[in-house]
Formats: sequence, structure tokens, C-alpha cells
Amino acid sequence: MKILVCVTSVPDTTTKISFTDNNTKFNKAGVTYIAGPYDDYALSRAVELKEQFGGTVTVINVGEADTETMIRKCLAIGADDAVRVNAVPTDAYFVAEQIAAVAKEGNYDLILMGRESIDYNGGQVHGIVGEMLGIPSITPVMKLDIENGVAKMYKEIEGGKQTVEAPLPLVLGCQEPIADWKIPNMRGIMTARTKPLRVVEPAANDVLTSVDSYELPAARSSCRMIPAEEAETLIMLLKTEAKVL
Amino acid sequence: MSVLIFAEVADGAIRKSSQEALYYGAKVAEMMGTTATALAIGSANTDALAAAGRFGVTKVLHAADGALNEANSMAYASVIAAAAAHEGAKVIVTAKSTLSDGVMARLSGKMKAALGANVTDLPDLSNGFRVMSSIFTGKAFAVTELKADVKIIAIKKNAIVPVETAALATVEAFAPALNDADFSVKITGQTKASGAISLPEADLVVSAGRGFKGPENWGIVEDLANALGAATACSKPVSDLDWRPHHEHVGQTGVKVSPNLYIACGISGAIQHLAGVNSSKVIVVINKDPEAPFFKAADYGIVGDVFEILPKLTAAVKAL
Repeated sequence: MKILVCVTSVPDTTTKISFTDNNTKFNKAGVTYIAGPYDDYALSRAVELKEQFGGTVTVINVGEADTETMIRKCLAIGADDAVRVNAVPTDAYFVAEQIAAVAKEGNYDLILMGRESIDYNGGQVHGIVGEMLGIPSITPVMKLDIENGVAKMYKEIEGGKQTVEAPLPLVLGCQEPIADWKIPNMRGIMTARTKPLRVVEPAANDVLTSVDSYELPAARSSCRMIPAEEAETLIMLLKTEAKVL
Repeated sequence: MSVLIFAEVADGAIRKSSQEALYYGAKVAEMMGTTATALAIGSANTDALAAAGRFGVTKVLHAADGALNEANSMAYASVIAAAAAHEGAKVIVTAKSTLSDGVMARLSGKMKAALGANVTDLPDLSNGFRVMSSIFTGKAFAVTELKADVKIIAIKKNAIVPVETAALATVEAFAPALNDADFSVKITGQTKASGAISLPEADLVVSAGRGFKGPENWGIVEDLANALGAATACSKPVSDLDWRPHHEHVGQTGVKVSPNLYIACGISGAIQHLAGVNSSKVIVVINKDPEAPFFKAADYGIVGDVFEILPKLTAAVKAL
């Protein structure tokens, strides 16, 4: 089985977000970048499927050279090789175009990624890649098994879940509990250094959106504390003061 | 040139979450000097669809083919693209949801459309077409220009407060040719929590964390939620421990909510949890630790034992 896993480089989940240049640029100072947490689930499941069926796992990232540390970590977790498309990931359509171009060369059975990136939360790339390749896309997938070339999955729907199946190839947006996150072991870290990491230039340059500026949410006015022994007065305040009941 | 709104159907009528999208779409149409058309897919009651007029939509296209009763993102994207062509629509509006995520991603690829996700306000049309989006899981906003000819706007809950009128929309059958290739994904089963209020759509949410010590103690959480008519939610550790189902997990890698009221009980308020809830209108935090970081993000706080406080709150709600 040939699996392509698409991984974004995003600020660590504990990052305090701020902006510079008159709120037109994200402030990267002091920020630790990680593989998208949802992408991490996708990678972990890909590695498990490879252990079960054999084959290869290729990681793809659209990003500049500074994402290579993150890519090496994906290799340490168990991917066999990697492709970095050397470009700033400008928007979802642009990123999807790059992934689709690489995917066309590789004839992958499965293209896995997170349901969304945790920076822009767009959740679009899987669908656009599916459309560009003319194959189904399914999101958010929480369980994935392969039986006789058919993917059996369940996905989240509003207030519940749905079981679905489809023949390969497929593009899937993944989320927990599709797999447990894997932590690279020492052997993985050592071998990752020499695994192939190919750098390619962008295949196309369609950008459909651009960010003009950023804003931070207004801070909440200070918290009104209610003594525990008068807890029931909260309900009246929610009704008469906050007017939410 | 009308604005097209994808109206999700549940139990034969337009979902509550999509009513906001109808009103938003009608407002955008008004700004653009045109009319708004809704598209409902799957079997639905004609009178219930006509009620879309209350939110400013003049026409509802109804794609009632039985093959579309099960939500299928590829087929739905094709039907929406056909409806957009039928109406000459260049702006497509939807409520962001688990269903619309997959459908709109597909549609964006199909129509080469610029998609603004998690949009929190009406667009700015003064010079181009700009939307305000919630990004970094609610930790910031971005003003984004949608530069393609076709634009998709997926609004976040509470992006706009609908004002209803008594108007009714005309309902037209819409039967585009369906493509077999769109049905290669087979839906083999479905389970829905019956009777419970859907968390992403809920106006009121009662959420509980590890402070409850075990799943056997959730009764008092449910009592308060039932008294309020609220949905229940939980923190990530709670769903990781299987005390509660994953679809109740609120936070950065779980459900993102923006209810009118979020009551967090026994949750300390890790930044990843706050990311999923910080667009709630009013936040109440109940925690025995006065240093819990969640108090800094709250509007009302009570320092105390959740096992004593929750029953008091439930009694007070019942006495309202």
C-alpha cells in the first residue's frame, strides 16, 4: 500500500498568538512549530497500516526550508521518505494544487491528512485535492480499516457518527481517535537523518485568498466572583444581568 | 447573480444552524443589490422550506431526489454547483458544520472558489470582498480578501443574529442530473445520540472536567444541563479516559463551540481547552482551585466544590 500523508507546520498548541507590522504579520518570535496535531493522527494511522500491509509512507509538506526539522520528525515516527514543496503555503487552494501535483506522480492508494490545520482552521485541502484528482474525499474520519482494497471508516456527523465504506484510492481528513500519537524512538530518530527528503518547486501558483490584517479578540472584562455559599445567585445574574437564560 | 445559501435539512425542515446562514445570505444579497436563494437537499416538507422566507430568502430550490437523503459530500457539492449555475450565483453561504466542511471543501475545488471559513461578521464590500474569520482556533481573527470569481462563506455560529419576518419563500423543485461517480462512498450505518441537544448547535453548554473524578459522577452535570436545556461537553482528558464520548470533547482538537453560555465545571482551563470555547458569549467557571487559569477567561466565577455547587444551581434553575 502506498500512502501519502500531508503535514502542515503550525505553531505549538500552547502558543500565545500575537502579530507584528501593524497587525499584518504573525509574530514568529519564540514560537515552536510542530506538525499539525490532526496531521499527526493521520501519520500515526498511516504507519500502522504500513506495519499491517507493507508498502510505503511518504510525507509531503508545503513550506520553506525551516519546516525540515518537523519533516525529519515525521520520518522518525515511521514515514519512509518525504517531499517538501518549496513555497510559503499561501492558501488552501495553492497547497492543494501542490499536493495534487505530487500525488499524480505517485499513484497513492491513500492520501491522509488532518481534518484541518490548527492555524487557519480552513479544513479545505482534502476536498480540493480529492476534486483535483477526481477521487472521493471523506472528513472527519475517526476510524479507518482496510479490507480487500475497501476502506471501512466511521466519521463524525452532527451529534453522532456514520459508518461509511469506499474503494481506494481516497483522500481522508483525519481526527482522533483514528490512532494514538506515536513518539519517535531512538532508532527512528537515527534512521530519519538519512531517509530521502526531496525538495521540489511549486507546480502551480493559484492563490484565491489573501489576508490583509489580523486582530486579537477583545479581552474579557474581569471575572465577577460569586461566593460558593451564594452559588444560586449566579442563575439570577445570568438571567437578569448577562441575559443569557 | 443571486446569493445561494446551502440550507441543511434535518427531520424534514431546515436546521436551526442554517437559519442563521439564510439570514446572513439574505443580508449579503441586500448589500449586493440582489436576492437570496436557498438550496435544500434531501426530503423535506414544502411548508417547512417555505418558512425560509422568514429569514429573508425569496426562493428555495429543493433537490428532493431520494438518492440525496443521505448526506454525501461529493454529491452535495455537485448539486450546489448546479444550483449556483442555475441561479448565476457567485456567492455561496453555509453554516460551518461537520457536514458543510466536507461539502464546501469539495465545492471550492470544483468551482475554484475562494473559501472563507469560520466567518464571524458580514463581509466588507467597499473595495473588493473581505471577510472576518476566526483563526488559530478562536485565538485570533483574520481579515481575508476572497479574490476568486466565486466565493464561499462558511459562517461560525453567532456570526449574526437573525431577525424574522412573516414572509414565505417560493419553493421550486430542483432536479439536476446526478453523477454515479459521486456515490462511490457508501453510507452503511448511522448512530445519533437521541434526544440530546447537538453540541455545536447548542445555545447553552454545561461542560465538565477531570474534577468530577469519574464517569459515575456525571449525573449532577446532566441534571444541570437538563434543567437548563443545555448540551453537555467535556475536556480532552475526560474523553481520553473514555469517561465521555469523543464528540463531547471541546477544545483545540475537539469540537469548537460558541454558545451564549458556557459553564465550565472542574476544568482548569488549559490553553488548548480555551481555544475551543473562547468565542462563547458568557463563560462561567466553577473550580475548587482559585488559581485555575480558566478564571482569567471567565465572566462569572465560583471557587468551590462542584459536587456541592452544581445541585444548588440546578435547584435555582428549576425555581426560575
